[in-house]
Amino acid sequence: MAEKKPRKKMAERLVAERIRDFEEVPLGYTVDQAIEEAKRCLMCKDPKCVAACPVEVDIPGFLAYVAKGDFEAAVKKIKATNSLPAICGRVCPQEEQCELKCILGIKGQPVGVGNLERFVADYEIRNPKSAVPAGRQGTKGVRVAIVGSGPAGLTCAGDLAKLGYGVTIFESLHVTGGVLTYGIPEFRLPKKIVNLEVDYVKSLGVEINTDVLAGNTFTIDELLKDYQAIFIGSGAGLPKFMDVPGENLPGIYSANEYLFRVNMMKAWKFPEHLTPVKIGKRVAVVGGGNVAMDSARVSLRLGAKEVYILYRRTEEEMPARKEEIKRAVEEGIIFKILTLPIEYHVNREGWVSEVECIQMELGEPDSSGRRRPVPIPNSAFRLPADAVIVAIGNSPNPLIQQRTPAIKTEKWGGIIVTPEQLTSIPGVWAGGDIVRGAATVISAMGDGKKAAKAIHAYLLKGGESGGS
Amino acid sequence: MMNKILRKEKLNESVARIMVDAPQIARSAKAGQFVVVIPTENAERIPLTIADFDPDRGTVSIIFQIVGATTKVLDSLKEGESIAHLLGPLGVPTRIENFGTVVVIGGGVGIAEIYPAVRVLKQAGNKVITIIGARCEDLLIYREELRAQSTELRITTDDGSCGRKGFVSDELKDLIASGMKIDRLIAVGPVPMMKVCCDVTKSHGIKTVVSLNPLMLDATGMCGICRVTVGGKIKFGCVDGPEFDGHEVDFEELSSRLKMYKDVEKRAFDHVCRLLGG
Repeated sequence: MAEKKPRKKMAERLVAERIRDFEEVPLGYTVDQAIEEAKRCLMCKDPKCVAACPVEVDIPGFLAYVAKGDFEAAVKKIKATNSLPAICGRVCPQEEQCELKCILGIKGQPVGVGNLERFVADYEIRNPKSAVPAGRQGTKGVRVAIVGSGPAGLTCAGDLAKLGYGVTIFESLHVTGGVLTYGIPEFRLPKKIVNLEVDYVKSLGVEINTDVLAGNTFTIDELLKDYQAIFIGSGAGLPKFMDVPGENLPGIYSANEYLFRVNMMKAWKFPEHLTPVKIGKRVAVVGGGNVAMDSARVSLRLGAKEVYILYRRTEEEMPARKEEIKRAVEEGIIFKILTLPIEYHVNREGWVSEVECIQMELGEPDSSGRRRPVPIPNSAFRLPADAVIVAIGNSPNPLIQQRTPAIKTEKWGGIIVTPEQLTSIPGVWAGGDIVRGAATVISAMGDGKKAAKAIHAYLLKGGESGGS
Repeated sequence: MMNKILRKEKLNESVARIMVDAPQIARSAKAGQFVVVIPTENAERIPLTIADFDPDRGTVSIIFQIVGATTKVLDSLKEGESIAHLLGPLGVPTRIENFGTVVVIGGGVGIAEIYPAVRVLKQAGNKVITIIGARCEDLLIYREELRAQSTELRITTDDGSCGRKGFVSDELKDLIASGMKIDRLIAVGPVPMMKVCCDVTKSHGIKTVVSLNPLMLDATGMCGICRVTVGGKIKFGCVDGPEFDGHEVDFEELSSRLKMYKDVEKRAFDHVCRLLGG
């Protein structure tokens, strides 16, 4: 029986080779693997996987084409709802979404939906003649402004352009892609892939203006004079710190800073690229999410001898994807679980030299349902480290809210929206990390998609307030 | 063309002023704000204070000291060439109201940076006493511009080659000793200068605002390298600043954070010098 066949494993580069460069780690399915894997799908009548996908990709639909070897049709099927499949195939947490709901997963392994999405998207990149035809920018003569060219903004822009609206994206940085560019490292999401996906959105007729900070260069009110609707996807903002002594010492980075230096400014090619990064011999990364794993694995590739992950709970509770944890472990990252930094110490040159930590144990479950870590008395110890990367999350970007007093926000800074992503200002929608705090690429894309639908409905009614 | 350098002049051996075509920024700029400059594609993102802006002509002027690789690259651009990327205006503008008597102090390149604030404070009805200082007369920039906009301009040089021999803080002490009622002080310049000014005003209860120049990357509230401790709390120079209550700032920490990349910056500088052949 078909469903008894095991899931096809995707080949990965060998550890010894991959930790010396920034090239991608997983290699993707071969054509035969893809077809075989797609054939495992049971083609459920009421596919739970689709309902679990934030951008509602017709998963059995595209898998049926893959099983037949018609990859071009498969691409079209995916792109009907998802403008960024090469990205989603790589960084979506499928194990918590489509694959989690796969019926095959109940007794065995779910269909490798993510791997197949990636395969199909990569097939299109290798065979560009099958590109989806360009959209019809501006045929409706109605203009929409999108703030931020990250996953939320790109998705919203792509969907609206497909509907015929004139869409302009304003990006504050000098490169497009938002977190896809500055945040996720090359070896997990090659920038070539991001650029191709951005090019696809541009091919739909979307205009992208970099070096424009909405809120500052133009206020939201000013944009509302020139555009009939606005979507704000301005993304993540100020990094969180733990407020422990010595946290501002030289040598202590936020993950945002560290990854921005390396991914966006290409500090790994210093001095041809002029932005430096100072990488230590012993690096301590604080946190247990994907960003912590990324920071640790980047450090290794920049030449650190020993890299530690310090996490206050256990591996079980780590928010990072299981496969990223697995790859980090394979690459030799040292996990120090139940470990909490309480102070940083300094050397004679004024640089961080030691992380003082306290050992934790798991107590009663807290409000998140996870067992609360509690300090063990007299368990403090010092871990030598000449670079520390604090990867404990960030708050939403503060700028638009600062310059747009009329927009309602949560106490923690997130923009408040309706289930349709509408903000407190009529004609202005928002989504992604600016609303959620720190979340995933795909949830940001889901927000962008929902907002595009709502904006379309609003504009069909002649821009009359669907207001809150 | 966007970001075209319309005029460039050397103010002295190591300080240059460029006027750039940037209508969007010029239109929304206010005193005390800054821009991020990336002179060429591979260069760093560096924050530079807006030294002047003209919304009608759509121009923004920036004054910079050639101290590192990226400012060296910026200095290599000629009139008619364009800056690769220019973002702004950034940061919270200087608070402008009629305070009464305001002393505005500028040191080094900070002299140029106080110019927009001096102009607007004067327009707002303040008595503006401007004190500028540098190592020697050659480094004193913006003298005539500031003289024209200030109620009174005072000058100090370390070597006595112009104005009073000594520091801006000496002039400030004398002003206070003369019994003048000072309602507000703004100090922009090297960290030690700002710190000394704050030390002087603290015991006299004079509200003192400093404009900080921490390292920055994105400068849009994301990376956190510009964090400074103000009143015991972490603040971010790019979005909470660049101006802060000088009496609350941890200047020692700021100094140590400013030195973080000194050693590797030398490598970048040498690399750029080789490329530019000079």
